[in-house]
Amino acid sequence: MFSSTKFNFIIPIISVVLGLAAGAIIMLIFGYNPILGYQALWNGVFDSGFFMSETVNRITPYILTGLAIAFAFRTGLFNIGAEGQVLVGWIASVWVGTAIDAPTVIHLPLALLAAAAAGAFWAFIPGILKAKLGVHEVIVSIMMNYVALHLTNYLIRDVMTDNSESTEQVKQTASLTNDFLIGLTGSRLHLGFIVALFMVLVMWVILERTKLGYELKAVGYNQHASNYAGMKVGRNIVISMVISGLFAGLAGAMQGLGSFGTAFTNTAFSNLGFDGIAVALLGGNNPFGVILSASLFGFLKVGALNMSTAGVPNEIIEIVIALIILFVASGFIIRWALLQLKKGERK
Amino acid sequence: MLDILYSLIPQTLFFAAPLIFTALGGVYSERSGVINIGLEGLMVIGAFAAVTFNLLYANALGTMTPWISLLVAMVASAVFSLLLAIPAITFRADQTVTGVAINMLALGFGVFMIKQIFNKGQTEFISEPIYTKDVPGLVDIPVIGEMFFNNMYITSYIAIAFSFVAWYVLFKTPFGLRIRAVGEHPMAADTNGIKVYTTRYIAVIISGALAGIGGGVFAMTISLNFSVSTIAGQGFMAIAAVIFGKWNPLGAMGAALFFGFAQSLSVVGSSIPLLENVPQVYLLIAPYVLTILALAGFIGRSVAPKASGVPYVKGSR
Repeated sequence: MFSSTKFNFIIPIISVVLGLAAGAIIMLIFGYNPILGYQALWNGVFDSGFFMSETVNRITPYILTGLAIAFAFRTGLFNIGAEGQVLVGWIASVWVGTAIDAPTVIHLPLALLAAAAAGAFWAFIPGILKAKLGVHEVIVSIMMNYVALHLTNYLIRDVMTDNSESTEQVKQTASLTNDFLIGLTGSRLHLGFIVALFMVLVMWVILERTKLGYELKAVGYNQHASNYAGMKVGRNIVISMVISGLFAGLAGAMQGLGSFGTAFTNTAFSNLGFDGIAVALLGGNNPFGVILSASLFGFLKVGALNMSTAGVPNEIIEIVIALIILFVASGFIIRWALLQLKKGERK
Repeated sequence: MLDILYSLIPQTLFFAAPLIFTALGGVYSERSGVINIGLEGLMVIGAFAAVTFNLLYANALGTMTPWISLLVAMVASAVFSLLLAIPAITFRADQTVTGVAINMLALGFGVFMIKQIFNKGQTEFISEPIYTKDVPGLVDIPVIGEMFFNNMYITSYIAIAFSFVAWYVLFKTPFGLRIRAVGEHPMAADTNGIKVYTTRYIAVIISGALAGIGGGVFAMTISLNFSVSTIAGQGFMAIAAVIFGKWNPLGAMGAALFFGFAQSLSVVGSSIPLLENVPQVYLLIAPYVLTILALAGFIGRSVAPKASGVPYVKGSR
């Protein structure tokens, strides 16, 4: 029979297959050729070094927002505020990146630190309100998302620039881009993925190898038991949110110091934070799983842009992603079906 | 001073109506023990269905179009909510996760269908929106008439009426008691012969129907067309209203009205003498900051229905 760790691998894989199959069926129903459609998706990523680099750039912030939400989930919190934390991290990194003159060894870490601190602060507010006053973290985080959206727009228009919709480019000393990589690929491929992979390790070490991580998880499982065991529940909630926000803030820095090199006004959310929820879930809230699911998301999102060459609207990929998540969430029924199949074989 | 109220109050009711409908839906779903993060997506489906139907049948149906469109929106979202109900209730899926997926699915589906039907990612503006009306008779009452009955959307009155009906059903009828029972302690409810799964299904479908109306009202009074960004966060605001209103239909209505008021302040604010010199950013973030302060200050702890978010497994302890 299947062990439960085996299921943790099998269910996402089956879900991805089912999701893609459902997408193919939808394409057939509406008179598109699914083979051509998926071919265009594949080619949209792997046909050129440029788009492969674009995909990596897309994966990088997904890893970080995925980590942010996975970390919060593992400690019993739902950080729906990653969206706002990304925005404040983004603008903080660009602010440091444009306003300060320093050599790279100081400037770049400082800009990254600013992004992490901004994201952490944005998550600290819902954290402290939950810990001290019992206010639901989800509602405060949703509100903080909107505050972040309007506030960053205001800062860009009225403080960092003179009524412009976009800031200047960050100075080269704070940029994650690198002449060698640009020359190699002709794209804005940047070194952010190293930061993202490093943070994967950081999350794993915190959760699995430290007393702090043990306490955070314990509070997530059962607040009352943890309290009885002498852990400070409130303090742990705040620390969880802050660490989660730190990851999300860094995701903003990937955009600000890497993919775009600037910050611009937004009329709506970037969806990096909301997609991060899906990334975390598909990755089983495991830091290494997040790498895989973020890669799948980045691949699908970038490849989708090319599907219009086959005449297929790229929204089909949104549908496929949503279905994959629905299937993963319904893992119980997939497990049940698999066990029935196994039983059938034995008879 | 009165002039300000004359413009603020109708604006408040105008912005609040879609939120009220959707938040009522949220209350029903969560009271039955199913967290509905998918309200946003259900609103998207409502808006999509209303706008599409309105555009396609406006010629045939004339002035009846918006009301029939609203019914179509309601039914479409109620059906769509089964995609939340089946995994969340029968397949024991994580409800938050399912809701997130519903949001993505609805948006992808809506825009995909718009491209199929109209060959572009954004529809035309509808020709038969819901119009404002004066309420005959009542509008002539001095002061109050001007404030509450002049140039109003009838949907705002319906929203408020629905809130009272929703409250009555939830707290004064056996059906409402059943919904609350399965959301609070499903095992005890089951022992007493209440069908937990059926009740939860009905509650989620009600929430889908109400969110569909919310989306439809938004589309036919505020946005007047449908695109990828038509519903941008209203569903999440409705969730906030549910929690703010402490899972009570009247509380949720109050919270939605408060959000509507704050939103109308940011629109009308520049013409109010006291507020005209305040930078716009403060007015824009005011609703959200005020909500946080209100929650932290005088609303206090809001405790969700006990079994909210927990799939019920028969026979488990």
